[in-house]
Amino acid sequence: MTILGGLGFTAPWLLLGLGALPILWFVLRAIPPAPIRRKFPGVALLLGLTDEDSVSDRTPWWLLLLRMLAVALMIVGFSGPTLNPKENVTYPNPLLILFDGSWANADQWKANLEFVSTEIETAGRASQPVAIVQLTHPEKPVFQTADAWQIRLSNLTPMPWLPTQIQINEFIQTLDTTQFDTLWISDSLNHAWRNTLLAALETYGQVRVLQSTSPLFGLTSAKFDSGIINVTVVRSQTVSEQEINVLAIGTDPTGTERILGAKTANFKQGDSNTQVNFDLPIELGNRITRFEIQTTRSAGAITLTDDNLRRREIVIVTVREEEGPELLSQNHYLERALSPSAEIFSGALLDLIPANPDVVILADVVTLTSNEETALTDWVKNGGTLLRFAGPRLAASNLSRVEEHPLMPVRLRAGGRRIGGTMSWGEPKKLSPFDITSPFFRLSIPDDVTVTTQVMAQPDPRLSERVITSLSDGTPLVTRKFIDQGQVILFHISANAEWSNLPLSGLFVKMLERLSISRPTKPPNPEDLESMTWSPNKILDGFGHLNDATNKPGVDGAKLISGYLGPDFFPGIYQHQERRIARNVLKAGDQLELTEWPSYIKVESPLDKPEISLGGLLLACAIAFLFIDVVATLALSGRLFIFKSANAVSILLALTLILTSKSVQASDNDELAMLATSELILAYVVTDNPEIDNQSKAGLMGLSKALFNRTSVEPGNPIGLNLEHDDLSFFPLLYWPITPTQPTPSAEAYLRLNAYLRSGGMIVFDTRDADIPATSLLTPNKKQLRNLTKLLDIPPLEPLLSDHVLTRTFYLLQDFPGRYISREIWVEAMPSSNAQQIDGITFHTLNDGVSPVIIGGNDWAGAWAVDNNGRPLLPISRGFAEPRQRELALRFGVNLVMYALTGNYKSDQVHIPALLDRLGLGQ
Amino acid sequence: MSVHLSLNQQAENEVANFPPLLLKAERLATTVLLGEHGRRRSGLGDDFWQYRPAQSDDSRRLIDHRRSATSDVEYVREREWQIAQSIILWVDQGASMRWSSKSSLPRKIDEARLLALAIAILAIRGGERVGMPGNNLPPRREKHQIERIARALSFDAPKDYQPPDHNIMTSHARALFISDFFGDLSEIRQSITIATQRGVKGVLFQILDPEEETFPYRGRTIFDSIGGTIRHQTLKASELQSHYLDRLRERKEKLTDLVTATGWQIGMHRTSDNANVALLWLYHTLYGGRT
Repeated sequence: MTILGGLGFTAPWLLLGLGALPILWFVLRAIPPAPIRRKFPGVALLLGLTDEDSVSDRTPWWLLLLRMLAVALMIVGFSGPTLNPKENVTYPNPLLILFDGSWANADQWKANLEFVSTEIETAGRASQPVAIVQLTHPEKPVFQTADAWQIRLSNLTPMPWLPTQIQINEFIQTLDTTQFDTLWISDSLNHAWRNTLLAALETYGQVRVLQSTSPLFGLTSAKFDSGIINVTVVRSQTVSEQEINVLAIGTDPTGTERILGAKTANFKQGDSNTQVNFDLPIELGNRITRFEIQTTRSAGAITLTDDNLRRREIVIVTVREEEGPELLSQNHYLERALSPSAEIFSGALLDLIPANPDVVILADVVTLTSNEETALTDWVKNGGTLLRFAGPRLAASNLSRVEEHPLMPVRLRAGGRRIGGTMSWGEPKKLSPFDITSPFFRLSIPDDVTVTTQVMAQPDPRLSERVITSLSDGTPLVTRKFIDQGQVILFHISANAEWSNLPLSGLFVKMLERLSISRPTKPPNPEDLESMTWSPNKILDGFGHLNDATNKPGVDGAKLISGYLGPDFFPGIYQHQERRIARNVLKAGDQLELTEWPSYIKVESPLDKPEISLGGLLLACAIAFLFIDVVATLALSGRLFIFKSANAVSILLALTLILTSKSVQASDNDELAMLATSELILAYVVTDNPEIDNQSKAGLMGLSKALFNRTSVEPGNPIGLNLEHDDLSFFPLLYWPITPTQPTPSAEAYLRLNAYLRSGGMIVFDTRDADIPATSLLTPNKKQLRNLTKLLDIPPLEPLLSDHVLTRTFYLLQDFPGRYISREIWVEAMPSSNAQQIDGITFHTLNDGVSPVIIGGNDWAGAWAVDNNGRPLLPISRGFAEPRQRELALRFGVNLVMYALTGNYKSDQVHIPALLDRLGLGQ
Repeated sequence: MSVHLSLNQQAENEVANFPPLLLKAERLATTVLLGEHGRRRSGLGDDFWQYRPAQSDDSRRLIDHRRSATSDVEYVREREWQIAQSIILWVDQGASMRWSSKSSLPRKIDEARLLALAIAILAIRGGERVGMPGNNLPPRREKHQIERIARALSFDAPKDYQPPDHNIMTSHARALFISDFFGDLSEIRQSITIATQRGVKGVLFQILDPEEETFPYRGRTIFDSIGGTIRHQTLKASELQSHYLDRLRERKEKLTDLVTATGWQIGMHRTSDNANVALLWLYHTLYGGRT
């Protein structure tokens, strides 16, 4: 390819033809326009007349120019012009494609994959094997044919961590001696191992680098700072001023995710980080689940929030108290301990319970009215934490004395005990070290914390499991009881300093933190969390999607804070008992540094515009010009208006009709309703692919005909439905073929779909790809199916069992072929308890519904499809057995419709003897 | 055989045209109100004119005895002079007439045939004799003559420009020559001269298409005559326009000169104009003021 002025030409010599244009100009000028032949009786009068001017009517200059342009465009078009030409890359060696594959790649992932795809294609054309390695998940490079990798390419996803030095070392060791060239898809972050790996790779061959030039952004952990949430935004480039939107996202009271706040982060020139402050009402602030950068899609651009950002609402129930010094007040120390990190409300219990606080503290409150008691019990059962403190009144009361009070964790002995006072013997007791099962495990106990007075727990078989802290002599100090989702915690001491100096110590605050009653003011120390196993609750993937953490291993507490993220440790939200800690990709203080490549390395960008061949465009322009020339020439010579104007009008009218007919077709819902309810009608979902739509229509047509001929179901012509605005509720069955490029329906469409499914509708999903051998790979159709059904209300599924009603609603079937014969068909899972054994055959009596979805990939519509004459449209995969397979496909279709219409009728007990008879098992 | 057949077929096709032509011509003819045709003086004729006293040079045979018997004087019954005129129709059936510039306009030949036939119908109703030159159609005054004329008018002549036929030209007849007169002027002059020598007076009626009078052509054009025998090519048709119009005017002047020299009259009709007007003009020119 030759590059001339930014354009590449595949056949540059053709451009010399442009030199002939002036000659053409003269020739075109010299040649008169073709004569018109006219019949004219008056020609006799013309005889002998000569033209005064021997030059004919000149072609007008603009027409000449048009022609010249057309010719010039043709010459340039044929010379193969290419926009954004790329230098030819040769592939003398096998090609190793090395992805950093970290979250920093995520935003450019698609562009990278496209680039790599063309790269693999060219390598394939040079018949060089290709290997792909993701450094975040390094494996020994396996060189395979380009095609093999091309298929697997789409399954690569960026990981939400960065490659570690250890992974790199492992990877370098796996390399053997064969030569290969490397295409390194860099995540553009600076890594310590970058140069080591580069040196290692260069011993094997050339290294090219693909690196995005667009700046990276990240969010580090969010912090509370005097009531305001601080989020730090970091960026990779520091050159220009920039504005970035940061969104606070959380759930609204109905549980749907919403943007709760948005702030713009302003980067000044030279700044690599900046802060945004969210000042939200506590109700909103507590709902925030994550912050994310609006425009960037990567795990680094998301910071998850945990307990640190939750300001708890705490109700301290006040009782009438004698006027006295504040320091003697039961609540004073609690308020002091909790106020920095929580919202404290005090007042009457019945007023505050409806606000659903997180914690209610009863400090030496004994008497509750029965109304208050039930309200409090209900609230605890729904997840509230009731924190009680002992005190003189509790000690003096009969509460929980004989029988355990529902709102007390233990029974109490009368009176309590007093130690180490002037009137009592013994030393004030110290706390015994916290047990590993205690939530206070690893909190250090200051030496000077002593307890002088306490209420005593009645010995009880269940006492030991309720004790979470005890004194050095083994008497319980803090006890806890779980009630449904909530808990009741009793400190056996008073909340003021009268009975113990514990409320004065820092330990008291930490204990409250551990009980999730207050929010930790500082991030937890790794040591504090050591040897606790934290299980993942939600994890982030590389793109920053928050997923459920299914079968991901738990993580040790120390690692959670300071360990490296990796395949066994995803970023996400981790939970231990009541506490939740978010581990984000970027930690506070992290910076995004760009990597510097040695100058001899060629760095390309995936955003380099792809090569665009302009030839076709130019030739099309040339043809358009020539067409204009035709019209212009005709007009000049007076031959244009051969058509009468009426014809032209009718042509225009026809054109507009064609154009508008579409919109006319999109008739209003009333008409659809009339149509759909006048007859039974099978419907299919209109996709983005008209060919598939036609096939669905033809398929349902074939099925409708079969139903008409064979059964008492006599459907009308099938209808295509647009999920966005058509009412689905009239159709018993919706056939939904999946195409990989299908757009995801809107939220309203999903609402309608879910309503449809809940009200007894049935959707048959057909991925139409059962011919692709089932490997571990996801086909694009299946992937899209997952995408589409993510928001659908679909019950658990199971493969279609051989005793499912679907196998006998009309025909007795064991195979469900379409154009393909995969047996992998999924229907709603049947509760196994409903299975009944009757004469050796299992019958499931499902609740009255029909499985709302049937998922398969056999391209049933393809097998059912008939043309207007009733002949099959598409060939079926197997040649000789074709008629049989088509028949079985139709039978499945019949069964399907019967199933949709009659539900579990056929699995009704009444029919079992008859069915058994027919199955030959009755006698 | 095949030539004969095709000729025959062509003739039949053409003849098939003539009932509608006839009908049209009759309808057109009804638009002209027939005036008095009697010569309003005594002469040869069938109708009674007057009785007059016989004079000495009257033949005895002429004496009307029935009248004479009522009185003493011998009367002679005079009849109105009713000399029937002969009208010779000639329509140029050459190829040049078979053309119209637009499909919405009638062809020149259609207009010519229509007018000729309408005149024939009017003439025969008026008791005149109508004939055509050269077609074995001497002037007659029967009803059938109209059909014969119509049939004779239905044949296309192959030549581009057909000269007027002057072979059988009844003396002292009136003549109507309808053509575009684009053909050789000398032949037309000769025909008219011969006709005039035989005492025939008449009308030259030129039928032209509007485009033949405006020449609205542009650009490089090849003009073909309808028969394809004459061709003229020009590079700039627009420049020819003035020349053509000059020549057309010149031709008309020559025709007028010829007509004034011979005592004939000349008329002009455009196919875009109403045929009634042309017919009325023709009727009055042929009969009017000649009582």
